[in-house]
Order: sequence, then C-alpha cells, then structure tokens
Amino acid sequence: MRKMLAAVSRVLSGASQKPASRVLVASRNFANDATFEIKKCDLHRLEEGPPVTTVLTREDGLKYYRMMQTVRRMELKADQLYKQKIIRGFCHLCDGQEACCVGLEAGINPTDHLITAYRAHGFTFTRGLSVREILAELTGRKGGCAKGKGGSMHMYAKNFYGGNGIVGAQVVPLGAGIALACKYNGKDEVCLTLYGDGAANQGQIFEAYNMAALWKLPCIFICENNRYGMGTSVERAAASTDYYKRGDFIPGLRVDGMDILCVREATRFAAAYCRSGKGPILMELQTYRYHGHSMSDPGVSYRTREEIQEVRSKSDPIMLLKDRMVNSNLASVEELKEIDVEVRKEIEDAAQFATADPEPPLEELGYHIYSSDPPFEVRGANQWIKFKSVS
Amino acid sequence: MAAVSGLVRRPLREVSGLLKRRFHWTAPAALQVTVRDAINQGMDEELERDEKVFLLGEEVAQYDGAYKVSRGLWKKYGDKRIIDTPISEAGLRPICEFMTFNFSMQAIDQVINSAAKTYYMSGGLQPVPIVFRGPNGASAGVAAQHSQCFAAWYGHCPGLKVVSPWNSEDAKGLIKSAIRDNNPVVVLENELMYGVPFEFPPEAQSKDFLIPIGKAKIERQGTHITVVSHSRPVGHCLEAAAVLSKEGVECEVINMRTIRPMDMETIEASVMKTNHLVTVEGGWPQFGVGAEICARIMEGPAFNFLDAPAVRVTGADVPMPYAKILEDNSIPQVKDIIFAIKKTLNI
Repeated sequence: MRKMLAAVSRVLSGASQKPASRVLVASRNFANDATFEIKKCDLHRLEEGPPVTTVLTREDGLKYYRMMQTVRRMELKADQLYKQKIIRGFCHLCDGQEACCVGLEAGINPTDHLITAYRAHGFTFTRGLSVREILAELTGRKGGCAKGKGGSMHMYAKNFYGGNGIVGAQVVPLGAGIALACKYNGKDEVCLTLYGDGAANQGQIFEAYNMAALWKLPCIFICENNRYGMGTSVERAAASTDYYKRGDFIPGLRVDGMDILCVREATRFAAAYCRSGKGPILMELQTYRYHGHSMSDPGVSYRTREEIQEVRSKSDPIMLLKDRMVNSNLASVEELKEIDVEVRKEIEDAAQFATADPEPPLEELGYHIYSSDPPFEVRGANQWIKFKSVS
Repeated sequence: MAAVSGLVRRPLREVSGLLKRRFHWTAPAALQVTVRDAINQGMDEELERDEKVFLLGEEVAQYDGAYKVSRGLWKKYGDKRIIDTPISEAGLRPICEFMTFNFSMQAIDQVINSAAKTYYMSGGLQPVPIVFRGPNGASAGVAAQHSQCFAAWYGHCPGLKVVSPWNSEDAKGLIKSAIRDNNPVVVLENELMYGVPFEFPPEAQSKDFLIPIGKAKIERQGTHITVVSHSRPVGHCLEAAAVLSKEGVECEVINMRTIRPMDMETIEASVMKTNHLVTVEGGWPQFGVGAEICARIMEGPAFNFLDAPAVRVTGADVPMPYAKILEDNSIPQVKDIIFAIKKTLNI
C-alpha cells in the first residue's frame, strides 16, 4: 500500500519517473483479469444467445477505456469547433454511443468490414483512422482523411465504407453487397451493416434482408437504436419497436448498447453465426445520444433534459466500464485519470492541426473524378475556368 | 458459341443498302453478328478473363436474360458468377443488368450517390468498378413508363462514364471497355437493336477487342454537313445520308459512342470542315444530349465556322404514347432528319 501510494504521488507530481517502473509497480497490485456478468440478450428465432458472463483482461479494459474516452473527447471537441464555425455543414455526434463503436470493433477482426450512415466519426476512429485525420476532415483541410473532399459524412478507411448520407436506403443494400463479396471471396469475413431506428422503416432495408437471407450472406444487420430518429421518438415512427425482430425470417438479438462488454459478446456471437455459413443475423443495440440529431439540433424540444441527465448518471458507457475496472481492481482511478489526461492532449494536438492545416489547394478541385484514368480537363463555373483532373 | 450461333441467315432488313455497299469488298463468308450476341460475347470473354467479374440482374441466369442477352452464361459460369436477383427495380467487378433503364430509377440513388460520387468524396481512396447495363430509350409499343431515354440524366453526372453503342462492334468493344474500366460505367443499350445483325470485322472477333470510352467514330465521311447521333438513331442518320447523297448532299455522320466524357474534338473538327451541324437523339429535347453539344459548340473554335445555327432533332416532348401512329411520330424518323438537314443547308 505504501509503495503504491509513493508510486502514485510520483506520477501525480509529474516527476519524470520512467513509466516502466510505475507499470511494474502497478501491475503487481492489479488483477490480470476479472469476470463480469452481463445482461442477457432478448432473442428472436435463436435457441441460444451470447454468454451472460465474460472475462475482461486488464489490457483490454484499458484499451477499451482509452478508445471510448478518445471518441467521447473527439466528439466534444468537434462540438466546440462547430460552435466556433471552424467545422461547417453537417456534424452528427455520437457521444453516449461509444460502447457501440468500440464494442463492435472488439468483437470482429480488422479484416472484417463495416459500413454505417452519417453518425460515423466514432466508427472512423475504431476502424483505424487517427483523430488528426478525422478532425482535419471535419474542418475541411488537406490533411483530412478524404483530403477535405468528403467532410463529416464521407470518411473511408480500410474495410470501412463510410460514412453515407442517405440512410437505410443507401447503406443497408451496400452492406449486403459487401457481404456478397465476402461470400464470393471465401475468406470467412463478415460485414457489419449499420442503420438507426429511424432508417429501420426504410423499404430498401427489407429488400436487403430478403436477398441476404435468400443467398445466406455473412451480413450482420445492426440497428443502432438511440430512441430518436432526428426528433421523432421510436413510438411515433414505428409500428413495431422490436427492431431485433423486424428481420422476420432473420434471427435477431437485442443488446444493451451502453455496456461495452455486452456489445462485444453479442458481436462475437453474431460474427461466429455468420462465419458458420448460416446466413445473416440482426442485432439491435439499445443506446443513447447526448447531443441532438446534429449540431443544428439542441436536442431538447422532443425529449427532456431530465431524461438526458438520467442516462448520463446511470448508464454512461465510459462510467460503467470505469466502475467495473476500479471495483475489480483491474485499474486504479488515478491510472484512468492519467489516460484521460493523455487523451485530452491527443485531442488538443489533433484540433490544433485541424485548425492550422491549410485547405486543399484549389488546383485539386477537379481531382479524383475517375480512378486509373489519364488526366483530363474539368469545367469550372464558366467555360474559361478549367481544372485539371488527376485520378 | 453464342457468337457463332448469331450467324444470320435472314436478309439485312433493318440495315440499309448503304451498309451493303460499304462492305461489298469483304469476303463472301463475312461474319454477321447481332448486337445481342456481340454483348453476350463481350461479357463472356470478360467473365473468363477476370474471376472478379460477375453479372447480376432480374432473370439473367436461369431465364437466360429477359432479352436473352445473357443467354448461355449461367450454364457456363454457374450460380456464383451469374446471379438472378429478386425484383428490386441495387474488391469485385459487378455487371449489373437493369431489365430496362426505366427500372434504374428505383436504384438511381445507388448509381449516383454510391457509385458516381464515391471516388471523389473519399479523396481517391474508394474506386467503384461497376457496370450498369440494359436497354434504354424507346422500344415498340411499351408506352410511357418503359420508353424513357436516360442519356441526359446519367450524362449529367460527374464521376460516371456513359456509353451508348449503336452496332455490334460498338456493343462488344464498349461493354468490354466498360467492364475493364475502374469507374462506374452506364451502358445504354437499345432493345430494338438487339436482334439486328452487323458485319463483324476481324479485329472485333479478338478477345482483346476494346473500343476506347470517350472517342466518337465517323461512320460516314462527308463535306456538306455534320450529323451527330448516338444509339439507334445513328442508323437513321445513315439512311438519311444515303437519300441525300443521291441529291448531291454529302453528310458526315458521327456516331458518338460515348455520352460522357463527350468527344467534342471529333465533333468540332467535323463542323470546322462542313460548317453545318445537326444533332439527332431519341431522348427529349429539353436539357438533352443535343442541347449540350450545341452549348459546347458555341464555346469552342467551331462556332466561327458555322454558316447556320446548329439544329437538334429529338424525341417529341411528350411521354411516349402507345398507339403506333403516335409512337412513330414521337421519335426522330428519317424524314425528320432529312428535313432538318435541308433546313440547315437552306435547300
């Protein structure tokens, strides 16, 4: 106990003690892993569901905590930059829903595929892009992941297909198509195809369900139910709010989307189901967003501040993980605070970059119209203005 | 196999004597291939060449294709490469067949927002090598909802390539180029042309026969007037040219082959030679292909060479009617083309 206090005080006093020795001290006093109970999932057309207990290692716990905190801070920074008018246009934030993007990623491989709609910043990060590239894309600079050409809703990474503007109708059929490619290529990969509670009523989703089931595509349809489609609550939008059952002939499970371990286990279960060749499966993640639909929505005209506050105090995903880890001796409060400090710094640096990086050069306005083509001319606002287009 | 079976025994009813005259120098056993078989051959060769290519669409597999364009392919390549889709009028290199392009309106969001724009929006990260093909424009008696021409709609969009074959050679060369292109390509075929046989030159019989996208072809040389067209109307233009030739008027007929990116160079060079321009298309006049050509002529060097305003011949500005007399008068006929040419030349 004394040793631990000494180590902690050294850290807090900012002494340049090598982190290695602190970790050495720290790991001696922490558990390597702990077992947790997680909520049982409601099942549709499934005999068994994901397990109700799971083992969390210290390493994984710290990783998930850091990732969720990074997404949280990144989104809050985006809020700030938007209010300063450094980010323009559309900006849909996912703070509150961190357990979804981090939990889903924890349940799949980097070689699996993921596609979602416009509330995509969290997924862009968990799929491998840096906060720098993401914020710089939001601010429309050349260092952005799409070179400033895409903005908030059009970020892409390896095995991550955006970021799409047209909900349901666009994303879900595309996701089924990616699953078709997975099956075609025969490498046991799966595709996570996300949509929200609002989009869940779109017709093309049902066409995609039909084809995916018919051709037994390895597609995990995921409804991220945050209770509101823009300003319309689920009760006002859907004849059936049992989104996990809406796939009808497709088996489904309803998951606690605020608990990262629950999301992880459910994803592992769903991925194993698909990989075994049984066809598609549907997951409903019950989650919540603290912000309004987008930055132009204060988010309080269709729901109460009390409701938002209640979720924050009782179900915040980062708080839930933190409490679990501290109470099971997987980590200390101070250690997690340190991660907070590091994350804050990373976000600050990224925001600095995103604010200072220049906009893409005007000469590149015509770039990337076609792939693999020789350069050609693109017309500007009048016949005398021409831009060069390079692939 | 399909190509050989396309050898035609019946006379060339729909193709004018002009073509017979042009090809009279070929060997007696010259190969005749219908447009349908040319497309089939092109797809067959590309399916064989690259295992990432596959075809999907309504009735393309077991039904052999609604217009039999994909006949035989399912038997040869199986379920994995030739896929029947249920009715849904939405790595790999798919060829997506629309039973007609009218049905593409159901999927147009995917064509424009998911295919055309993606490479640009991703800053060059995500190419979309997909082909959308199927019959476009007027057919015979299928009325308004099955007769629209989509050349102008798709030609409007940056990020897409749009081609419009006329004869068998065009059909094969363009479908192969479209499949090999790493961009989304819309191939606007024509149902009435599927069964029409054309001379298939030796180079077109090769498995590597490609027609470059973005290059027009001068089908007939002439000195008095430039006539620019795409798809089935190209044949009508050649018929009109044959009639006018007897009266001493020599038309230069250009087959656009590609709508986007448009080959303005070939058109401009021709206009600078002939000083007169008529555009001919099956689609509606407002905001159409001809309108675009005229606008661009005004912006370029050819304008100063025009001795008369450029003139457009188009489909009538109505939804396609059903009754035969009405339908016949809703698309450009040879007499309409001749009239426009004479008006332009003031004869």
